[in-house]
Amino acid sequence: MAEKKKCKAAITSQIMLSPGIYSMWLKFPSDCNIAAQAVPGQFLSLYCREGSRLLPRPISICELAPEDRLIRIVYRIAGQGTQEFSRLLAGDSVEVLGPLGNGFARGTGAGILIGGGIGVPPMLELAKALHREGAKVQTILGYRDSDLFLASEFEQYGPVWISTEDGSAGTKGNVIDAIRENEVSGDMIYACGPVPMLRGVKAFAEEKGIPAQISMEERMACGIGACLACVCRSREEDSHSHVKNKRVCKDGPVFFAQDIEL
Amino acid sequence: MNLSVDFAGVPMKNPVTTASGTFGSGAEYGEYVDLNGLGAVTTKGVAATPWEGNPTPRICETYGGMLNAIGLQNPGIDVFVERDIPYLKKFDTRIIVNVCGKTPEEYCQVVERLASEPIDLLEINISCPNVKAGGIAFGQDPRLVEEITAQIKKKAKQPVIMKLSPNVANIEEMARAAEAGGADGISLINTLTGMKIDIYKRGFALANKTGGLSGPAIKPVAVRMVYQAAHAVDIPVLGMGGICTAEDALEFLMAGATMVAVGTGNFHDPAATRKVVEGIQEFMDAQGVQDIHELIGCV
Repeated sequence: MAEKKKCKAAITSQIMLSPGIYSMWLKFPSDCNIAAQAVPGQFLSLYCREGSRLLPRPISICELAPEDRLIRIVYRIAGQGTQEFSRLLAGDSVEVLGPLGNGFARGTGAGILIGGGIGVPPMLELAKALHREGAKVQTILGYRDSDLFLASEFEQYGPVWISTEDGSAGTKGNVIDAIRENEVSGDMIYACGPVPMLRGVKAFAEEKGIPAQISMEERMACGIGACLACVCRSREEDSHSHVKNKRVCKDGPVFFAQDIEL
Repeated sequence: MNLSVDFAGVPMKNPVTTASGTFGSGAEYGEYVDLNGLGAVTTKGVAATPWEGNPTPRICETYGGMLNAIGLQNPGIDVFVERDIPYLKKFDTRIIVNVCGKTPEEYCQVVERLASEPIDLLEINISCPNVKAGGIAFGQDPRLVEEITAQIKKKAKQPVIMKLSPNVANIEEMARAAEAGGADGISLINTLTGMKIDIYKRGFALANKTGGLSGPAIKPVAVRMVYQAAHAVDIPVLGMGGICTAEDALEFLMAGATMVAVGTGNFHDPAATRKVVEGIQEFMDAQGVQDIHELIGCV
């Protein structure tokens, strides 16, 4: 079996979408077209050039253009590693491992896509894929304030509702408030965002009897399931250690909400 | 060119293995690196029963390294024997099984269970800084090191490597204690106990507060300790601590290590082990070295 390996991706463009939030398109070489293998909900490990920063940064996939060997990532500057990435320009390169983890299981019924904060980006490729496959796409995006990065890009796939913590756009409150206010219903919930939001999504899904898939986040080291750093508590025994600790990087990052203790 | 070494009576095709805990039982990394190319795979610590490990966050990056407090999450010896050993036996590489326990009896239970298994060496973890019982508690007192080594040696059917902690004042004393207890080899260093504060949260970066520091940041400490330990005992030394490249590995070999392990370096590059083996070959070729033994302990 051929060894999987780090690929050197060329940056074709990078723009700042809003303060601290960057959008980058990566082009992969023809012998390493990971854009063709990736599905919505998976992530990439990006490696820093600065040698003092050893660990890869896990970043979710925002869009795929496999025929052009392109992957888009939208990320927030969370520390020195992502700061380094934000300074890369078109023509620079970055080492990437991926695609990693498991993506969303896509249904054909009406989808309720929920993204909160930096959990918004992975919902974009999911919206595109569901739309392409003929599923109804309804998107609810939660932001802190009126800085609604990426929101307008979802409109081509279906209706979009917004919630903001400060009430400056859409429903004042959180994504669940926006869903209730607009009486959004569907057959499957897909969500990515901070843990408090995911807790709310899980409770809402249980109340309405709608299956929900949630994308989890945790500090990672290896990114491939070996080091056991990024575990989350699960209802059933995990396949690795049989101690109800699922690995976010390998068993996830997408899980069915009822399987995870939040 | 000869890269093969003998470690405690076990012939190895080359002197490179993995540091316990950084490589699982090889299955995940098997997709990224050909395990046939390694001298040995050292597996993640296994106990008598499954261990849950510590709460998250379990890791954080630090300058030139990282802190971890995984807490030895593992599936227990039954799953390990049924699942992980058969997987590794598919490859032409040696198997070093790292063993952990909360009491001497637990270590012995695992060692006895492994007696009839087709593994090559045992590595006894008496140096994990992240568990409340066992681990480092046994590794910081030379009398306890000798005692637990002797107890394990009575039960063990494979050669025993004692994995030593760097969190001690005198590493030679610990190395000699392991040798006196009958150890067939020693490995060092485990991680250095450290702490990171998240200044924005005004709290600890790790749920466990403290963690074990690994990576290039600790390499000079590790090289020094390997040198001291190798000169204090007659049993072979498996050296590790921050090895990412062949140049790093060669420092340990020249300091007196018969074998070396790549640990945190695997997280930076899943193919690091293969590249270390290749780099050692290239170095020997460029330097006109015919046999790796010309380099081991040459300083």
